[in-house]
Amino acid sequence: MPILCKSNCGNKAVLKRPKTADALCKECFFAAFEAEIHHTITSSKLFRHGEKVAVAASGGKDSTVLAHVLKLLNERHNYGLELVLLSIDEGITGYRDDSLETVKKNRDDYEMSLKILSYEELYGWTMDRIVAQIGRSNNCTFCGVFRRQALDRGAKLLGVDSIATGHNADDIAETVIMNILRGDTARLSRCTDIKTGGSEDSIPRVKPLKYTYEKEIVMYAHYKKLVYFSTECVFAPNAYRGHARAFLKDLEKVRPSVIMDIIHSGEQLRFKDTVKKPTRGICERCGFVSSQQPCKACVLLEGLNRGLPKLGIGKKSKGDRMIANQEKEMALRDKANLVKNDF
Amino acid sequence: MTGDLKIVLEFSAGAELLFDNIKKREITLPSTEKWTIRNLLKWMKENILRERPELFIQGDTVRPGILVLINDTDWELLGELDYELQQKDNILFISTLHGG
Repeated sequence: MPILCKSNCGNKAVLKRPKTADALCKECFFAAFEAEIHHTITSSKLFRHGEKVAVAASGGKDSTVLAHVLKLLNERHNYGLELVLLSIDEGITGYRDDSLETVKKNRDDYEMSLKILSYEELYGWTMDRIVAQIGRSNNCTFCGVFRRQALDRGAKLLGVDSIATGHNADDIAETVIMNILRGDTARLSRCTDIKTGGSEDSIPRVKPLKYTYEKEIVMYAHYKKLVYFSTECVFAPNAYRGHARAFLKDLEKVRPSVIMDIIHSGEQLRFKDTVKKPTRGICERCGFVSSQQPCKACVLLEGLNRGLPKLGIGKKSKGDRMIANQEKEMALRDKANLVKNDF
Repeated sequence: MTGDLKIVLEFSAGAELLFDNIKKREITLPSTEKWTIRNLLKWMKENILRERPELFIQGDTVRPGILVLINDTDWELLGELDYELQQKDNILFISTLHGG
């Protein structure tokens, strides 16, 4: 006996929604899924008519669904947006080169222009080469810091008004847990924001899928037959997020609303004035947004170029010592050369 | 019991990596017992699950984050582990655990 769609349309239900436990048919699910994202976009005033928006596209399920839904809603509700795809090529053989093929398919399917920016052209280093230098322990730090800035650079290049990212509800709930466990109050205070940045020098980032469950994104992509790329990064087991994720998935079994509840908790947290907050400024070296001088990307890059790849990992004082030691050594070597050349 | 049970298993979004990278296969289950998703999972673990079983199975069920569709319908509507397999059923496992 098939279960019928809860909306009394007479069709057979195909899935149980994680958010509401409603059984819906394909068509009613599509309608609800799209309507909720539309509601998120309008109620949070994510876009204004006439804006140019870059969709941060990795070729994965979230950004593929985001590009598809934004195009659809833009036409259906006349947002008046110019949508473009922005991808970052980290230079990871066997991973990003394949996923970029998926993004190119998105470009053709959705008739959006696509800009691909590579770490190679921005920083002179691919992730393959960085990993060869640093090994497999801190490589994700490089990749994360560089990507964050690369998106900003790409957005500036394209002259867009905002960047839309595919963060979903499960991602955000995981991030809240991770930031609590790390005591990272600065990130904790902004990780649930649906819109970040947007002060004079930074381009705002928005998360239209903030309240959308991962299960529904995957089901939507499946039923709509959207093509996406789903291989794990060859360098990143991302253990810490994996634990947060497993923890949440287990909790969800006993309390289905846990994802929304944690996001809500994150949104409602207030921090004492005594909690040190980073002041956002501009990196004096590269001119991009940063709360440190110089910015993390510049320090990491300097480390790579000096042959001290661990420079930006860990405390700043340690990095300063590394630079001082290297300069001392180089001075000694110069002196030695000088002495040698005297004869 | 009316002979052996023939069903189709499909894997996508990375789940296939744990099963010899084969995305679709037909399997035949002996008619010696009544087949549900519960003992199908056990059968899969013993017979075709090649790599890191903990990424697919936890306890007697699939790892949270793996979606199961029976004839393109969410297994959560069909009794999950207790669903009784029928001839020619198509069981699809989609991983949600990979990249984004």
